[in-house]
Amino acid sequence: MIQIKFFAMLRERIGLATLNFEYAGEKTVAEIKQQLVSKGAQWQVLAEQEVLCAVNQTLCGPESKVNDGDEIAFFPPVTGG
Amino acid sequence: MISIQKQDFDHCSEYNQLRDNADSDGAIVTFTGLVRDFNQDGSVSIIDIEHYPGMTEKSLMSICSEARNRWQLGQVKVIHRIGPIAATEQIVFVGVSAKHRKDAFNACEFIIDYLKTSAPFWKQEGTPTGMKWVKSNTSDTEAMTRWFG
Repeated sequence: MIQIKFFAMLRERIGLATLNFEYAGEKTVAEIKQQLVSKGAQWQVLAEQEVLCAVNQTLCGPESKVNDGDEIAFFPPVTGG
Repeated sequence: MISIQKQDFDHCSEYNQLRDNADSDGAIVTFTGLVRDFNQDGSVSIIDIEHYPGMTEKSLMSICSEARNRWQLGQVKVIHRIGPIAATEQIVFVGVSAKHRKDAFNACEFIIDYLKTSAPFWKQEGTPTGMKWVKSNTSDTEAMTRWFG
């Protein structure tokens, strides 16, 4: 099981802040994102715009491996400061 | 030291704290970011800031330690507000003390540039037509890139 979090506009468009996701194996962040996109219309936003990803609260690239128990997050480019 | 907070901060007391602990430092540089009351589409009355609890603190700590690796610094303080903030109010504070002014200037600018492109905060602006998510700015990315050139 992994926990996937969504923030800002992605959280609003998907309609979900946190998703507990059945997971086994050695997928990459990009593969998990693709799996979410195939779930239906509300998930298309993940493919339509620039999306950043963090694994265990550290920014990472699309090829990063995800392990069971990890916390993943998808979010738009940041706009603080 | 990092603080993520809803309430406003007092620039003078932040400066005084830096000064009280500056020991043999010869310079203090501070940056305060304010909420603009306009954007490219018109007027802005309020903003609302969302963040990623846990990752925000981790990311700011990592930015500060990267600054300490690059320059010889004394005190480092970063405050970032979250939640609703009215136009013209303070939103972010970066304060740095150092033995020499160039280190303090550089570190302060580096920290705010890095924060703007990698710390997980997202801003919505309240405009006459409703709340709108702010899009990321390419000039912020360019400002960040030059530190890694």
